[in-house]
Amino acid sequence: MSVTSATIAPGVAQADPSARFYVREHHPENGTLLGFWLYLMSDCLVFACLFATYAVIGRNYAGGPSGAELFDLPLVALNTSLLLLSSITYGFSMLEMQRKRLRATLFWLGVTGLLGAGFIGLELYEFFHLIHEGAGPQRSGFLTAFFTLVGTHGLHVTFGIVWLGTLMFQLGRHGLTPENHRRMTCLSMFWHFLDVVWIGVFTFVYLMGVLP
Amino acid sequence: MSASDNHQPHQSGHDDHSPAGNHGSLKSYATGFVLAVVLTAIPFWLVIGKVFEKSGTTALVILLLAALQIVVHMVYFLHMNSKAEGGWSMLALIFTIMLVVIMLSGSIWVMYHLNHNMMPGMMPDAAHTMSEMRKMP
Repeated sequence: MSVTSATIAPGVAQADPSARFYVREHHPENGTLLGFWLYLMSDCLVFACLFATYAVIGRNYAGGPSGAELFDLPLVALNTSLLLLSSITYGFSMLEMQRKRLRATLFWLGVTGLLGAGFIGLELYEFFHLIHEGAGPQRSGFLTAFFTLVGTHGLHVTFGIVWLGTLMFQLGRHGLTPENHRRMTCLSMFWHFLDVVWIGVFTFVYLMGVLP
Repeated sequence: MSASDNHQPHQSGHDDHSPAGNHGSLKSYATGFVLAVVLTAIPFWLVIGKVFEKSGTTALVILLLAALQIVVHMVYFLHMNSKAEGGWSMLALIFTIMLVVIMLSGSIWVMYHLNHNMMPGMMPDAAHTMSEMRKMP
């Protein structure tokens, strides 16, 4: 043990015991992915706060329309399937990246981006439709909580699409470098995480919202 | 990708692992996708088709299905397991779940009781409650 660390980093091994640990672990990760995972967990807490808010004031209609009157479940089902499909196409993109096939990776990334854009398009349509009907975020506590929660998720997906476009540009420019590999993995976690949040949204907000 | 890939050092210096340390295969993505589709379709069918008489039953069932689907996504899409990043990913996840459960159940519990105690029927007590509250530090 001491020989190993002495050959690799003689000075550091004596000065800093943690350096010896890394040598023995034989796993010198720079921690980007763990750090990104921690970011996602903090994001999870943001969404948990919004879910808690919705749980508390989600039935305060203030004489306005309720979820049962407003929500269009077939539209939500379509939206859900778009996001779910985009999850699997991102998975295909990751698989193509492992096979070192740049064009196929870019193709599946493009499909993922289009599905995500479709999701955002439908959500914007729904929002404008609600606001047009006079059920905007200032109508009642229920609608405030609804627009905040669903809007925050939509904003995340929008930024995911921006990131995806940037990454496609980077991939086209630099190819499948280790850096792009890492970025792809981070976006993969982000994208799948948003799908996980959406499970909570469609179950808790839409489906339970229309229950009598 | 073979399963042994998990243990082979990559050219890119261990930098390309998902939190689970493996990338999944076509089979795992396909399994996850099929499970996710089924677990999404059932709750929509339950609600749109009004399968159960009581909405409480439906709510309970679709919440359970959602929890199940979240686990499916974690395992098959996010490749979560207890070995990823030396266990730190899992630890962070468990900690987050703990916080989320405390926050959600705590909020619902406290606010429900607040609503309950503020019911109009409680109003005759209001003066008494107010004097009780003034004694509090």
